[in-house]
This record gives sequence, structure tokens and C-alpha cells, in this order.
Amino acid sequence: MAHLLSEDSQLVKDWASDQDAFKGVSWGKAMMWIFLLSDTFIFSSFLVGYMTVRMSVTEPWPNASEVFALTIAGHHIPLILIAIMTFILITSSGTMAMAVNMGYARKRKQAARLMFVTALLGASFVGMQAFEWTKLIEEGVRPWGNPFGAAQFGSTFFMVTGFHGLHVSAGVIYLLIVARKIQLGHYEKEGNYQIVEIAGLYWHFVDLVWVFIFAFFYLW
Amino acid sequence: MNEPQSFWTKYVWSQDHKVIAVQYSITAIVAGIVALVLSVLMRMQLGFPDSVPFMDSEAYYQAMTLHGMIMVIYLLTALFLGGFGNYMIPLMVGARDMVFPYLNMLSYWFYLLSVIVLMASFFVPGGPTGAGWTLYPPQAILTGTPGTDWGIITMLISLAIFIVAATMGGLNYVTTVLQARCRGMTLMRMPLTVWGIFVATIMALLAFPALFVSAVMMLFDKLLGTSFFMPAVVSMGQALDYDGGSPVLFQHLFWFFGHPEVYIVALPAFGIVSDLISVHARKNIFGFRMMVWAIVFIGVLSFVVWAHHMYVSGMNPYFGFFFAITTLVIAVPTAIKVYNWVLTLWRGDIHLTVPMLYAIAFISTFVIGGLTGLFLGNVIVDIPLSDTYFVVAHFHMVMGVSPILVIFGAIYHWYPKITGRMLNDTIGKTHFWITFIGTYAIYFPMHYLGILGMPRRYYAYENYEFIPQSAHDLNSFISAMAIVVAVAQVLYIYNLFWSYWKGKEAGPNPWGATSLEWQTPQTPPVHGNWGEKLPEVHRWAYDYSVPGYDEDFVPQTQPQPEDRPAGEMA
Repeated sequence: MAHLLSEDSQLVKDWASDQDAFKGVSWGKAMMWIFLLSDTFIFSSFLVGYMTVRMSVTEPWPNASEVFALTIAGHHIPLILIAIMTFILITSSGTMAMAVNMGYARKRKQAARLMFVTALLGASFVGMQAFEWTKLIEEGVRPWGNPFGAAQFGSTFFMVTGFHGLHVSAGVIYLLIVARKIQLGHYEKEGNYQIVEIAGLYWHFVDLVWVFIFAFFYLW
Repeated sequence: MNEPQSFWTKYVWSQDHKVIAVQYSITAIVAGIVALVLSVLMRMQLGFPDSVPFMDSEAYYQAMTLHGMIMVIYLLTALFLGGFGNYMIPLMVGARDMVFPYLNMLSYWFYLLSVIVLMASFFVPGGPTGAGWTLYPPQAILTGTPGTDWGIITMLISLAIFIVAATMGGLNYVTTVLQARCRGMTLMRMPLTVWGIFVATIMALLAFPALFVSAVMMLFDKLLGTSFFMPAVVSMGQALDYDGGSPVLFQHLFWFFGHPEVYIVALPAFGIVSDLISVHARKNIFGFRMMVWAIVFIGVLSFVVWAHHMYVSGMNPYFGFFFAITTLVIAVPTAIKVYNWVLTLWRGDIHLTVPMLYAIAFISTFVIGGLTGLFLGNVIVDIPLSDTYFVVAHFHMVMGVSPILVIFGAIYHWYPKITGRMLNDTIGKTHFWITFIGTYAIYFPMHYLGILGMPRRYYAYENYEFIPQSAHDLNSFISAMAIVVAVAQVLYIYNLFWSYWKGKEAGPNPWGATSLEWQTPQTPPVHGNWGEKLPEVHRWAYDYSVPGYDEDFVPQTQPQPEDRPAGEMA
């Protein structure tokens, strides 16, 4: 550690050098990283708030695997919808990564196509979330109360998944815009397809946040 | 560089960081004047009870809440980051503008919107919220507190918009500092002003999220009837629908933002004052590296001290122990800074210019406010002193008066660069002495009132046996002084206007300063800042009174002598 921070260490030299602290990193990419760091604090605050009220409530917390169960063809399957949603979102991270790769290879048609697929997967995630919300609302779950137990179950669920859903929706729009621009050859002149990676950073982040929400809301 | 041509693109929908900085500053100062008037109304009530006809208990609490909120967030944060950050960062690091000027412009317009929403709360039914600037639930949204109909809603929405604005600006400032410096400008050659603003901005990006989340949750508690922060409540004999929430959760979220916020305001002030002292004492800042590391350590530490605002809220005693330790540890880097300022002055060629007067005054008020912070950081001393005027005195000295003095000095220092004209010296000195002595006359006696046990946040102090007549007399004195100081601010505003047209021509570098903003080809700097070619930096920003040079300062752009390879210094 002392070595890393000493003035002769390469780490310190790189960081403190002139012009840019992160060599070869574009302004947009640096800004996206910093934004995601800030956004991490937003989601962390939401999740800490959720954990705290879950401890402070006086009524019992509803059983997640019961509430989030679906009956399909006569079979009662806990957490099935959420499993599918999670699978879809993680798959979309895969197609996103492929799009980044294609972008750097300057295969812009494939890159755009993969981004459209990613956006489609994201949109279907939001669609299923809307379905899940509808089902819960029909069963009487509201932000201020629900038939299964502590009222905060509904409050935190709608707030946190809603905020995440907004992030996914914004991401879908962002991906569509970038993909369309790629199709139109907007970046062909400079040949720089880092924008795909920047959009990808955001998308992977939203995915990663979902893994935490999934664990804390559905598995706890 | 596409130079904007029309009036509208040049001064209104401008993407130039300098214009945005001035827009930010003017808006912040206007908001600050509103908050100043509110404080005068409060002091009238405290010093001369019932002298202002409409000042009942409700109006008092509303004035107090808005005074605090505006001063801390809409004035100080916006002025240091949006105003000075915007103006100074690109000029001081040798960039043509912020990295994303359009986003930067949006940041200002969102900030203006947040101020408009905030000011609108004066006109909504029930008036603005009177919950105190900390907005503690459950009282913030329950009947009995003023402004629970609309005031609290506009307040929370305004805060949320402000946070969006601060984020858009902050991303720009941090990215510009990290990735857009000119050749030769290493991180360790940046002036301390940039260091202070840089670290404060990173802190803002990490602290405001907690406020955003608590604002969203409280809005839901108010509008949707959720119970995030609301326990079971019996109000006016009736059980409300709330149940099972945690009011202490709000306090944790709020102070996780609130304490770093203190340093978001203080660090830019530290940075700026270091530069003022160095320039006007014609000496390099003492212990530059240590100053940088002190800023960074203060920034990191300030994220793990927040619960020292909650000693009386009830928490595990071991937490109190932890937070008292971390709080007192902050005194170490802070003291390093104070020593280094004093050591910079020591045997310097001190020019008692007006900016220097403000800078020295800052050291004095900051030491007083910092020392009382040591009292309040200890749990056992804090408990009897909490919620007394001792606390009011402490935070006004340390984060009210001190940063404001730096702002006065900084405007005085950079006004010649911004407008091309000097501010008037006589008005400046008059304003300085009234403000400096006046603020001591206001806040110093408050320490005594606090030790006497006079509680804060009361709107009237009659008929309490433990408050003697002498305390009432002191209160009247404080109020009289407050009015004098408030009125004296007219001088400063007048100076800003008068000098804009009548001030002495400044020339490019009236103080003989080394940093890049004084080396621009034009004064005031034009769009793009640097003309054809970006500057190149060869030395740190503190080459004052270097032996062997004709002048007592060497600009950062001046190459090192041949025998010394560039990059060795700093």
C-alpha cells in the first residue's frame, strides 16, 4: 500500500499526469462512470431504507415466494415470473456486450441490430414488470397497505422496482437512439464507436442493480 | 469554436461556462438576499418581540426553515459549485470550456427552476414549510407544523430538482478536472481553488443521492400515505393511518447528506482562501501537498461522521463513541490547513488588500467556529449544549460567516477578471469592517446565551424563569447588530453595480497572480478562453517571490530555465 502511494509509483504518476487522469478514456465515458457511481449511492440509499423499515415494522413481512407465485396450467410455481424477468435482463447484458464488440469491429449493422435486440429484451422486462404490478394491484397491494402483512412491503416494492423500471425504460430509449444513429452512419466519419460501450456501461449497471433488488426483495 | 452572436445565445441560452457561472451567481445571490431578509425578520421578533405585525409563531418557523435551506443549499452550494466552479475550473486548468457545455447550460436552468419552485412556496395555500431546515418527520408532514399542505411538497420537489441540477453540473466539473486539463497541468499543479471545488463536487455527487431518496420517500409519505418515516401516530386524539415507519431512518439519510454538505461548502472556501492568502502575501502556500491531502482526507472523513448530529436522537452508545472519534479526527487535517494558512502569512509580503482582509477574517472566524465544534463533537458535552444558542453560534461561525467572508473576498479578487474593472476600495473596506466586527457582535454573545441554556428554535422567550433580563438585553443587542450588518450588505451590492460602469480599469493581472485565469489573452476572457492556442503549464501555481526573477511572481505558463528540466518542480 505504501508502495502504491509513494511518489515514484506508476499509479500515482499516471493519475497525477497532465491533461487526463485516465489515458485514452473519452469525456463521455469518464462522465458515465462518475454518473453511475453517483447513481449507485441512490440505489444504495433506497435499499438501506428498505432494509431499515423492514426491521422497524410492527406487522409481519409478507412471504415473498407466496406473493410472487403464479399459477400456470394448474401448477403453483413460486417466483416463476421473476426468474424469467431476471433471465431476460441478464441475457440482454450478453447481447449488449456483443454489440460493443461489433461496434469496435466497425460492423455497424450487426452492432445496431444487437442493440435493437437488447432494447427489445429490456422493453419486454418492463412489460413483465407492468404485468406483475397489475397482478399485485388486483390482489389489493397498495403503497399504503396490502392484505398480506406490513404496509411497507408494498411501499418499498413499488418505489424501488418503479425507480429501477424507470432506469430500464430510460435505457431502452437511450439504446434505441444510439442504435438508430449507428444505422444512419452517424459515427462512420470518425470511426469511433465508443458510444456503444458507454451505453453498454449504463445497461450493465441497470442489470447489476437488478441482481441486488432481486436478491433483497424476492429471496429475502 | 462557434462563437454565439445574438443577445439571446450570448447571455441567456448560453453554453459558455463563464456566462453560466454569472447566471448561477446572480440567481444564488438573489436567493441569498431573500434569506437575509428572513433572518432580519426573525431577529426583529427575537430582539424586539411583536415589533413585526405578521411575525407570529407560524411565520417565524417558516422564515427560519427557508432561511436555513436557502443559505445552505440555494446560496452557498450553488454559488461555490455552480458559480465559482463554473467560472474557475476551465480557466484554471487551461480548458476552453466544460466538457459538455449543453449539459452545463441545462444544469443552470434546472437550478433556476428549483429556485422558482422554492420561491413559489411563499405563495401557495398555507405558505412555505415551517419544519426547520432539517425537515424531520413526523412533524414535517403532520398538522400543527406550518405549511404541511403545500409548503412541504414544493420544498421537497424543489430539492429534487436542485439535486438533478447539481448532478448535471457536478459531472461536468469532475470530468473537466480529470480529463480536460491543458499540457503540463498535472493534478499537483492545480491551484487549491480547483482542488477544493473538485473534491467538494465529488462529495456532492455522493451525498445528494441520500437527500434525493429521503425527499422521494417523504413525498410518498405525504402524498400516497406510505409509512417510510412515520411510526404509529396519535394526532389531535385520533390514530392516523401511519404505522411502523422509522423517523430515525430519515435522520440518518438526511445527515448522510447533511454532514458532507457542510464540507461541500467548506472545501471550496478552503481552496479559495488558500489562493487569496498566497497571492496577497506574495508567498507560496505553505505545505501545498499537505493542503491537497488535507482536502482529500476531510472529504473522505466527512462521510463517516454524520450521526454526530443525532446524539440526542437516541442510538447505541458505541455508535456515539465511534462518531465522536471520527468527528474529532477531522480536527487534524483541518488544523493542518489553519496552521499552513498562518505559516503562509508568516514573514510574507502581506498586502492588506480587501480580498486579503476577508481571507484573514475567515481564518479568525473559522478557528472560533472550529473550536466550538470540538465541544459539540463530544457526546457528553453536546448533550447539555444541543438545541441551544451555542449550536446556532457554532454553525453560523463555521459554515455561515466563514464561507460568506471567503465569497466576499473571492468576488473582490476575481471581479477584475470577470468584468475588467476593479471594485471600489473605500466601499470595500467599509463593508469589510462593518461585516467582520458586526458578525462577531452577533454570534459571539450567542455562545453565552447557549451556555446559559437558552433554547434555539423558540420564537418568544418571555416568561421563562431561567432566562434572566440580561439575556433579553443581549438578544436586543444581537438583533440591532444583525440589522446593521444586513443593511451594510447594500454597500457590497452597490459596489458591484457602481464598479461595473465606473470602476478603475483593471488590466489583465492586477494582483500579479500566477495561475492560468490571469494569463488569458483577453480580459474579460472571451468565448473559448485562450484564442488560437491552449496554454502550456511549466510550473505550479505558487511561484511568488522566487529569487532570481525580476517580478515577484512567475506565471504558470512561463517555461522553466533550461538547466532545470520541466516537470521537476511542483
